[in-house]
Amino acid sequence: MSSVWTDRLDNPVSAKLRDPASTGYAGLLLGAFAAFLAIPPIEARSIVWSILVGLVAAMMGIWTASRGRVRLGIGAVVAGLAGVGLGILATRSGTTNLESVFNSSLIAQMFAFSTPLVFGAIAGMFSERSGVINIGLEGMMLMGAFWGVYGADVGGSWVVGLVVGAAAGGLLALVYAYFAIHLRANQIVGGTAVNFLALGITGYFFFQLYHGNYIPNGVSTIPNVKLPLISGMQFLGPAIGDLSLMIWAGFALVIVSYVVVFKTPIGLRIRACGEHPRAADTVGINVYAIRYGAVALSGILAALGGVYLSDGFGGGAFTENMTEGRGFIALAAMIFGNWRPFGAFGAALLFGLSSAIALRLQVYSSSASTLFNVLPYVLTLVAVGGVIGRTVPPAADGRPYSKQ
Amino acid sequence: MTGVDPTGPPLDPEPPPSETPSVAASIALKQRAGGLTVPVLTALIAFLIGGFVVLATGHNPLLAYRDIFNGAGLNWVFHPTTNLVNTASYNLSQTLLQTTTLILCGLAVAFAFRCGMFNIGGQGQYLIGLYVANWIGFDFAGMSPLPHILLAVGCATLAGAAWAGIAGVMKATVGAHEVISTIMLNWIAIWVGEWLFGDGGPLQNSANKEVPISNDIASSARLPVFWGQKELQGLHIGFFVALAALVVFSLVLNRTTLGYEVRAVGFNPEAAAYGGISVRKNLIRAMAISGAFAGLAGALDMLGYLYHFGQTDIPASSVGFLGIAVALLGRNTAVGVGLASLLFGALLFGTTHGLSSNVIQPELAGNLTYMIEGLVVLFVGADVLILSVWNARKKLRRSAGAAEASA
Repeated sequence: MSSVWTDRLDNPVSAKLRDPASTGYAGLLLGAFAAFLAIPPIEARSIVWSILVGLVAAMMGIWTASRGRVRLGIGAVVAGLAGVGLGILATRSGTTNLESVFNSSLIAQMFAFSTPLVFGAIAGMFSERSGVINIGLEGMMLMGAFWGVYGADVGGSWVVGLVVGAAAGGLLALVYAYFAIHLRANQIVGGTAVNFLALGITGYFFFQLYHGNYIPNGVSTIPNVKLPLISGMQFLGPAIGDLSLMIWAGFALVIVSYVVVFKTPIGLRIRACGEHPRAADTVGINVYAIRYGAVALSGILAALGGVYLSDGFGGGAFTENMTEGRGFIALAAMIFGNWRPFGAFGAALLFGLSSAIALRLQVYSSSASTLFNVLPYVLTLVAVGGVIGRTVPPAADGRPYSKQ
Repeated sequence: MTGVDPTGPPLDPEPPPSETPSVAASIALKQRAGGLTVPVLTALIAFLIGGFVVLATGHNPLLAYRDIFNGAGLNWVFHPTTNLVNTASYNLSQTLLQTTTLILCGLAVAFAFRCGMFNIGGQGQYLIGLYVANWIGFDFAGMSPLPHILLAVGCATLAGAAWAGIAGVMKATVGAHEVISTIMLNWIAIWVGEWLFGDGGPLQNSANKEVPISNDIASSARLPVFWGQKELQGLHIGFFVALAALVVFSLVLNRTTLGYEVRAVGFNPEAAAYGGISVRKNLIRAMAISGAFAGLAGALDMLGYLYHFGQTDIPASSVGFLGIAVALLGRNTAVGVGLASLLFGALLFGTTHGLSSNVIQPELAGNLTYMIEGLVVLFVGADVLILSVWNARKKLRRSAGAAEASA
């Protein structure tokens, strides 16, 4: 067994298919195909197909780039996005609705949809890099969503909300860590339990504290960052001129976590615990402490994503089970990004774009909207199928460690 | 934990196998270790902690649990002679309605567990069964009842099996982990439903295109009700199908070659392969049988009492996930799954629709159910804790007895 997540069979055909180069070239071809779809021989009048094919091409590019073939991968991403652009341009003449779907504020919306996923995916990465599978991301995010808005309401400031939300997520993560690390419980069972618990706790206290009513208006929400020079500009203004603080924090998080995981001693320790805990223990690393720390950090980050969801994106409102599977998409983004910060970030952005397009298409076509909603899950399913590309999780991911 | 082999390379990338028990192996170990003690203690501790939360938020836990007990209709046992329109009897029939679904969803998780796989996809397989049953129940109107019901149930069961089979095939051929693939299949099933019943979807009702809800199934496809009234969600004969499924599950696992192979693969795939058992075939087979149980659950729900399904009902449904708690608490055995289903069925109905008290509101109690489920799963996953508490108590008693004897 190579790892808990992937237990691959070795034969030449699947090895060939798994070579990241094949995904890269497939991405380039699909990108061209996306543009081609809209012009005469096929001339699909609905732009849905161009966008869909282009997004798939871009996903393949991210997959390739995060598995070693960086330039080829980025090429495929560019080809995919260019394919979408050309496809839109080609169909533009006929449809006026396009304007309302594809404008620069779509970019802002993409970032808004992506940010909880970015936080969740980075959260999952820290936990799994240290060797603890975290299926409970969804629950930890939900804890952040409720307790964050509660903190902002009671404390009177969104800063309090962030702190309270992060603490709630961290606390739940510590409970999970105790069971997964100390008691060596099955981590998938434990993560499932965390999701149930969070659903119950947030729902219970939502009704207990707010009697099932909406959280009162006027809760202090996470502010937007208005960039004075850019916000007046033609295209960049609506795109990035007025984004939430947490979106920028998400960008910073990706960079910081890349540096921490790959360029610092503490990151080396985390990775050592995830790859070979016995060896790490032998050289004096406290495996339990590192894993506790990583899981707690994971809970805090996932919860911050949840706070953004309720107190930023949601405008200070909470509804029961408001994460609606975002924790699982974050998990998928992490796997798609090959347990690497920038890979996860790219996947989260495209999954977010997919959701943003889905929301905008709802008005015109319910089924096209569903197509974009389901895209992240289908792509991840195809990806973990290992038909194309390769996932390399940490070697000791999901294995409890017992000291000798 | 065995010592590291001194002749082996010091940095072997493969940790020794004793560090890495498969899900099934660890569950099997605990199954031998705990017997009845762990599930019972687990449930008790979960209820106790739930009670503390209730107490801390200013409600009386004892009264709340009593009301939930009555809400689930379990008090019917004390008044069996009252007539059938009585509330307790109605509540009990509703609890058993939930139990029916939970038994099958629990078996869906349990069967895969016995083959060493964790089927988190019960919810998706259940939904797929539900969709197919709705489609056949409506589109094939005009058939006579028995063939219509058999066709709908059969197709829905097969659809559930096929949906789970995707994860089985992916596991067997390319080694994709079934947890990730079944999670993805769950969400794909949810979105498929949103599309099917949504605006302009193929299964949306023909009468009012404004409402994203399915058609009602034809009366020929509806299951006969044997307790209560059809209009009031009476208990349908699917209850007996679920009970029969428990027997079938036990017989197949313990008395057939198929079951032997499935269990062998679950205990130790390498040893099973060495003994000439095809691991791949059994992984696919076990996953498909798992999905068949969940698909059957969906079919019975649709034909038994739901009759139609709306877009908004899809994300609200979580019975497939509860199957995980049922299977874990029931230790993946037929009797255990049956008893755990009754417990969770009672909790599910007793805390929501059945609850009529001013001690605790149904919204609170409903979430209390989730909390208790979470705690149950958490503790069952780590019954080392429960066992150590239990053994410490025994040891204490023994040492006390020894001290007395020596005195």
